[in-house]
Amino acid sequence: MILGLGGAVGSVAFMVGLGAWRTRDIVPTDPRLPLPVTAMDWSLTDHRGATVTPANWIGRPVMAFFGFTFCPDVCPTTLNDISDWLEALGTEVERLTVVLISVDPERDTPAVLADYLSNFDPRIVGLTGSLSEVQKAAAGFRAMFEKLPRDGDYTMNHTAGVFLYHADGRFASIIDFHEDRRFAIPKIRRILT
Amino acid sequence: MKHLIPALLVLMAATPALACETYTVGDLTIEHAWSRATIGAGRPAVFYVEITNAGSVDDALVSIASPAAASPMLHETVVTDGIASMPHAMSIPVPAGQTLNLAPGGYHGMLMGLTTALNEGDSFPMTLTFQKAGDVTVNVEVLSLRAEGPDCVHAGQ
Repeated sequence: MILGLGGAVGSVAFMVGLGAWRTRDIVPTDPRLPLPVTAMDWSLTDHRGATVTPANWIGRPVMAFFGFTFCPDVCPTTLNDISDWLEALGTEVERLTVVLISVDPERDTPAVLADYLSNFDPRIVGLTGSLSEVQKAAAGFRAMFEKLPRDGDYTMNHTAGVFLYHADGRFASIIDFHEDRRFAIPKIRRILT
Repeated sequence: MKHLIPALLVLMAATPALACETYTVGDLTIEHAWSRATIGAGRPAVFYVEITNAGSVDDALVSIASPAAASPMLHETVVTDGIASMPHAMSIPVPAGQTLNLAPGGYHGMLMGLTTALNEGDSFPMTLTFQKAGDVTVNVEVLSLRAEGPDCVHAGQ
């Protein structure tokens, strides 16, 4: 699906390129692509307790990913990758909004997220909220998550990539799980300009 | 001056962390056993290790057990179509002449039901059971939540 997305991004970019000199028509959104931030509709709470909606993201490039604090392997790995990328980019990322959206709002309250995120780069913001609002957010990103019962407890399957958006809300690209920093950092640089 | 050299040697011997200890059972060498600090005891911890099979017979890691956690399990992080899932691994192959890495983003032990929160600098024992080589107990070093692995400098490297 991620490979398919890459192709779709390429073809949409191609269509935009072709159409640009002829018409100013809006290119229809590919149903497999994440929506632009401007077309999203959700309201979540950040780890400091403030309400955040898609409108709050406009004006700054965004890096967002889905995860949960009970996740022992994928999520700390992604958070570490992101912390390393931010460190490598230094002051270039000052304007970047970096967000972890919890797919486990049942356990991830704002206080739990705050506690968890204190271990990573302080620029990473945690978002949580009602299950229906998290579902609306996931739908906007064309992301997926599901709860799986396990040994009297549960775990979550979830989209593992990191989504990148331009400051005006256009979807830019996805950094795949554990993608080599040689590819990840140029992708991030592209939304910073 | 005379005392300086022994003092340095003691210091150097003390520097390599627990995770850098090497254990052997049969043809298997087990090293780099580490975990990440947890926030409280309510969240699962993780277990990573490196197992080298110098023998000519394939083996497999079939279970892990530790007094630190009520239900340690072997898992594999699998990313399919961009979706991460964590299926239970019944048995992880350790083929002859190869090294199996339980490492971030792949195979790992998931330690549910922690007895206590794991803090950086702690260590706990972990018994690994192999299909052929049997049991071996190793010390697992708890590194920071930000750690990507132990920093080991091996003699001769």
